[in-house]
Amino acid sequence: MTAVFTIENLTKTYRTGEIEIQALRGASAVLHEGEVSVMLGPSGSGKSTFLNILGGLDTATSGRVLFRDLDLSKASDSLLTRFRRRHVGFVFQFYNLIPSLTARENVSLVTEISVKPMDPAEALKLVGLEARMDHFPAQLSGGEQQRVAIARAIAKNPAVLLCDEPTGALDSKTGRLVLEALTNINRELGTTTAIISHNVVIRQLAHRVFYFADGEIIREELNENRLTPAEMEW
Amino acid sequence: MRALDRKLLRDLVRLAPQALAVSAVLACGVATLILAVGAYRSLEVTRAAYYERNRFGSIFASATRAPMELKRRIEHIDGVMTVDARIADSVLLDIPGMPEPATGKVLSIPDYGEAPLNRLYLRAGRLPEPGQRGDVVVSATFAEAHGFHVGSKFSGTLSGHKVTFRIAGLALSPEYIYAVGPGEIVPDPRRFAILWMRRTELAGLTDLKDAFNDVSLALLPHANETAVIEALDRLLAPYGGTGAYPRKDQTSHAFLDSELTQLQAMARVIPPVFLLVSAFLVNMILSRLIALEREQIGLLKALGYSRVAIAGHYVKLVLVICAVGIVLGIAAGLWLGRGMTEIYAEFFHFPFLIFQRSVNVSILAASISTAAALAGGLKAVYSAASLPPATAMRPESPPRYRRTGFVGRVFSRLFSQLSVMAVRHIVRWPARAATTTLGNALAVALLVTALFTTGAVNFLIDVMYFRTERQDATVTYSKVLAPEATFNSRHLPGVLSVEPFRVTMAQVSHGSRSRRIPITGKLPAPRLSRVLDLDLAPVKLPSSGLVLTERVAHHLDARRGDKVRVRLYEEGNRGVTVPVVDVVQSYMGLGAYMDLDALDRLSRVGPRRSGVYVELDSAKERAVYDAIKKTPVVAGIALRRVSLEKFRETISQNINIMTVVYVVLAVIIAFGVIYNSARIQLSERARELASLRVLGFTRGEVARVLAVELTIVALAAQPLGWLIGYSLSYAVVTGLQSDLFRVPFHVDRAAFAWSSIVVLSASVVSAAIVLARVRNLDMIRVLKTKE
Repeated sequence: MTAVFTIENLTKTYRTGEIEIQALRGASAVLHEGEVSVMLGPSGSGKSTFLNILGGLDTATSGRVLFRDLDLSKASDSLLTRFRRRHVGFVFQFYNLIPSLTARENVSLVTEISVKPMDPAEALKLVGLEARMDHFPAQLSGGEQQRVAIARAIAKNPAVLLCDEPTGALDSKTGRLVLEALTNINRELGTTTAIISHNVVIRQLAHRVFYFADGEIIREELNENRLTPAEMEW
Repeated sequence: MRALDRKLLRDLVRLAPQALAVSAVLACGVATLILAVGAYRSLEVTRAAYYERNRFGSIFASATRAPMELKRRIEHIDGVMTVDARIADSVLLDIPGMPEPATGKVLSIPDYGEAPLNRLYLRAGRLPEPGQRGDVVVSATFAEAHGFHVGSKFSGTLSGHKVTFRIAGLALSPEYIYAVGPGEIVPDPRRFAILWMRRTELAGLTDLKDAFNDVSLALLPHANETAVIEALDRLLAPYGGTGAYPRKDQTSHAFLDSELTQLQAMARVIPPVFLLVSAFLVNMILSRLIALEREQIGLLKALGYSRVAIAGHYVKLVLVICAVGIVLGIAAGLWLGRGMTEIYAEFFHFPFLIFQRSVNVSILAASISTAAALAGGLKAVYSAASLPPATAMRPESPPRYRRTGFVGRVFSRLFSQLSVMAVRHIVRWPARAATTTLGNALAVALLVTALFTTGAVNFLIDVMYFRTERQDATVTYSKVLAPEATFNSRHLPGVLSVEPFRVTMAQVSHGSRSRRIPITGKLPAPRLSRVLDLDLAPVKLPSSGLVLTERVAHHLDARRGDKVRVRLYEEGNRGVTVPVVDVVQSYMGLGAYMDLDALDRLSRVGPRRSGVYVELDSAKERAVYDAIKKTPVVAGIALRRVSLEKFRETISQNINIMTVVYVVLAVIIAFGVIYNSARIQLSERARELASLRVLGFTRGEVARVLAVELTIVALAAQPLGWLIGYSLSYAVVTGLQSDLFRVPFHVDRAAFAWSSIVVLSASVVSAAIVLARVRNLDMIRVLKTKE
């Protein structure tokens, strides 16, 4: 199986004033093409930092991140911007939609700058929002907003979809809808997906699960019996 | 220090650049107010003290020749305190090394001691030695212009006598603070001199022994000025009196008055603009700060802080910003005020300068600006104080956007989503966009108001020197002469053509209104010195009737077709009713025109000429000058080329200083407005913009979202600024209207263009400073926090 991300011995140290925080202390992992990976761990275990570095939002203090052949750990800011633009779709806990743009326009925002994007309407249809395309964020529920964010993330046909607590701000019913949207996309488009969560239930839908603790990946687990979100016990 | 005050201090440090921008705008308001009022008061007090110390007269009159006995009768007019009966005559000067002739006015001083009124301030030397022939005191500015000292000599023609003058002293006089020669508009000390000579010698030269032809009066307090003028006119009428006039119509005094009026106009127009802008900047910053601190305010309330304490906290913030602005403003205002007063004092050659550092004005400026800033912050402070703690601690609900119908739909299809974001943001907060636009527009308006004067003065020059007074020179005779004099002038070498004119002082009345004005008789269709109608087309003077200039028509409330009563002073008390046949344009002085023959018919003394307008062969200028210097009847010659140069020089000095000041002020406003609104937008939309960065938009693209919005606001401000500037210019022009001169209301396109260029450049620079901060957007932090 082809590796999309190869991460070797990643460390990240933050310095705020006089305090030094070691967010990552030598994490290594490989993310494979077409797989859904779930990163589990308590807060402060380093999973968000790990994901931010994969997505080119942050750079590592030491270690190596390879996206296919591209060494992200040595990339400049403008190269990272290009990398995000071409290859990465992000989904965040708090949706981060642009309030002044409608659902369709939020998706168009990304398709306008992409090389081979899908039609924004099609992306929204994939997440089941074809009926709400012309609504502004303030007119949508939390789950709907998160699905717009997913549509926005996948509309550019990204190589990877990185989701940081995508259901963190949602109730279980809506959370399930969002996860369904994510697994559908993985199934239909084959997008490599990484999901961060501290909800252990979510591991049931993953191909591969990484357990984080104190800035390290302490365990990696292959999931032989994947469930659909509908089948999961919440 | 209390915890809340410590928070205040830290807020201020954090907001320092924005707060300073507001302070700078406030400081401009305070400074301009102090500057204008300070300079105004200093000049007024200086002038008053100068008048007082040197006993400047209150009423002035001239006659042809009045016997000395009349002086006693004038002294007996009710309300008269002092009478100075003297001799005044004009003199044509021949200055070594200067080809064109200079003009002078000679005044007598008593044989012994000083004059009772209009006393000299001696800069150097002494008063003339009685009996010492040719000894004179000359105006210091004239001596300076020629490098003359005490003891220098020059010659001139006085009443047909060739005289060699010897300078005994250099002096300044309250009568000639603003000294303009005959036919001139701005002072040219090189070409116009005042000479003071002992009475006996001047009487001998002018044949006025035991007589006088010029008088000034000082009045007792509470004297009735109008009654004194009437009585004086009655006494002087048999002796060729040309009508007495009060101090306010005295040329030098009137010019100073118009300068003072300009300063007053400045104090009225500019500071309010700054106060308005600073009020709304305070509002903008405070509203944003309070929006950011909602949760903290809720917490403070939950902890038991009262509404008053919270309101007080934010009021203190405003007061600190004000205090900085006021201190800066007062310092700058005093400094600039002093500089400006010194420039004026130098221009007018005051012998001393009383600089008024008025505490009242500073207190007034401080109070007004504080009030304006507090008014600006009022709504924000009130909303902070009245937030219920529970609501305050919940984050504000996300802003609701709407799509505006069909237009919006088409727009969002046509433009990129980034542009759509920018436009929707403006539409969502129209009031804020409107105030930002207005603030920027005021900067443009201020510049238009300053820059239009250049165009207006060019227009004035074009009308005055190229369309109206097209003669190369105006020759004025020392007394009115028979028409044959014109013929003699025509045959001077180098003279191509001449047009005779006659000027006579007259009392023109319409109903209860009355004015003492000169009536100029000209050829009916002159080629050189023309009369232009209100649309600036040449007018043919009808063979009878009076043509009034616009300002006189306004004063007399007379229109074309009305009948006015005209009484020529030279003719005694004979009054004639004359129809007003036209109302014409004029930017200088007061006056009326008549066909030369009609004026001759009106006057019982028959045809007389005061001088000629001359067209010269420029190659033979030198010969004309030499000939004129030898012509005994000529009192003065005004040269268009020289006057125009001097006019341009004087005006451009004034305008250049003013332009620099206004450009600085406008840049400060534009900077304050754009910088603050960009900073606020950046802070408000940091999350949104960081999200764009996460999605893969480059810094440039993200900065563009803000730039588009700022550009729209900046561009919308231009036409609005032009409109406001146009109105302000009109207000300024109206405020500057005086009997002495009127600035034409003519705003040319260059004024609009330059105003926009300056303000847009300032906007671009200030926006660029803020947009550089897009670099520092923290992508990770904004994604981790809920809005």
